[in-house]
Amino acid sequence: MAPAPSTYSVITLNVNGEKYTLPVDHRTTLLDALREHLDLTGSKKGCDQGQCGACTVLLDGRRAVSCLQLAVAAEGRAITTIEGVADGERLHPVQQAFLDLDGYQCGYCTPGQICSALGVIEEHAAGWPSAVTADVRPEAGTPSLSAEEIRERMSGNLCRCGAYVSIVQAVAQAAEAHTAQSHTPETHTPETHTTRTGTAEDRSAEAKEATA
Amino acid sequence: MREFGYERAVDVSGAVTLLDTDPDARFLGGGTNLVDLMKAGVERPARLVDVRELPLDRIESAPDGGLLIGATVTNSDLAAHPEVRRRYPALAQAVLAGASGQLRNMATVGGNLLQRTRCGYFTDVTAPCNKRLPGSGCPAIEGEHHNHAILGASEHCVATHPSDMAVALAAFDAVVSYETAHGPGELPLADFYLPVGDTPHLETALPSGALITGITLPPAPVATLSRYRKVRERASYAFAIGSIAAALDVRDGVVRDVRLAFGAVSSRPWRATAAEHALRGAPADAESFAAAADAELAAAEPLPHNGYKVTLIRNLVVAVLTELTEEAAR
Repeated sequence: MAPAPSTYSVITLNVNGEKYTLPVDHRTTLLDALREHLDLTGSKKGCDQGQCGACTVLLDGRRAVSCLQLAVAAEGRAITTIEGVADGERLHPVQQAFLDLDGYQCGYCTPGQICSALGVIEEHAAGWPSAVTADVRPEAGTPSLSAEEIRERMSGNLCRCGAYVSIVQAVAQAAEAHTAQSHTPETHTPETHTTRTGTAEDRSAEAKEATA
Repeated sequence: MREFGYERAVDVSGAVTLLDTDPDARFLGGGTNLVDLMKAGVERPARLVDVRELPLDRIESAPDGGLLIGATVTNSDLAAHPEVRRRYPALAQAVLAGASGQLRNMATVGGNLLQRTRCGYFTDVTAPCNKRLPGSGCPAIEGEHHNHAILGASEHCVATHPSDMAVALAAFDAVVSYETAHGPGELPLADFYLPVGDTPHLETALPSGALITGITLPPAPVATLSRYRKVRERASYAFAIGSIAAALDVRDGVVRDVRLAFGAVSSRPWRATAAEHALRGAPADAESFAAAADAELAAAEPLPHNGYKVTLIRNLVVAVLTELTEEAAR
């Protein structure tokens, strides 16, 4: 029988390019370490069960839910939170797109939405297919980032205000800017009141098909 | 949550030695299921051995044309890999159908196989559950079971295995490799998950303390024409209420080879061997597909609130095999 192990460690976290050394009880999630120990409260605690996406951060450049990530296990990884997304006072194009297109209402889920959108844009640029991609074979190429693709890829981020229509538009605009490698993000023109489409019609389309 | 020790393994032998000396220890991969269950009090390890940085994160082509998938490959990397998408498209589709982008980036292949059921009684520590607390009973049988098993269940447990990935792996005859402090071993996926019987708490045939090191996919030309279809109660980011992985080889209107596995219907990914047997050599038409589904589903024992799954799976078999037949003709 092994001796009782120590239940805390002194760890160093690399957050937004800064190194922070802190003692943590091993039970501490990365989300709690960020919010309660480092005072980086941009990442939000929604469900604390990995289901809502409000706590989304980037780990080594990939989006992850920080509520299911133990802080001690994040040592050595590059952590990017919403506080590290902008370039000083200059907003990241994804942030600007959410502002321009009202991609939020109360704003609680927004940091997670934006971090997730950053991941979506990189994953799409890397050629990753999604669950709604008709043909996943590499020869079929990368699907365009349609509204359907964005909705699927962003489905790990819930918005209780229901700002999904604007969120999809914001992600689409940011992705276009990324593709065009725009160097002039301040020229974004706000596009408000574009056509709103229902979000329910495609829900359970699969189920209807299979149970019909 | 119970307090626990944490160690980061740097090699496989060190990892399995640590677990061999502490029966209260668990391996930590992506943590997307284990950490959640620890918060709920369902899992109470005294020590975590973090295996995420072990050098098991490669996908390689085997000399015989199959694929070797390391245990710490993330779901995302598995689904994005060109050879997975080219040779086993249903596997890429299955992985993409599961969880969210964030969770797929964290979750590992080994952890995916070992994830626990999402039965609401299992995850509620105030409820009886034979899987969590052997002998305490199964409230699902008389209670909430609309998404529980119709095949291979017992009077002791009717929970389903939640993995999408494992359904495709079952269809393609995957083999699980593992390491223990006393040497390596292998288990075909067909033997990996134990029958429920009166021991629902014993889920896999892995020896105690074993670490999954990888999965071997044998060459399967039939898998190049394959599809995973998942039915759930919303369009995305939900567990299946029924799913199917199917591969088909049709020549001159006759089924030459077929692979079928079902998800969300049993405590394990359900390889539909009776349906496959009925289909080989049969005409590739809706009538044969339905008859094959019926042959498999003859063993179904639905509960009062999940009988819809019998119809759902039958319709999935017909729909997906019909689509694959049409695709083969193109």
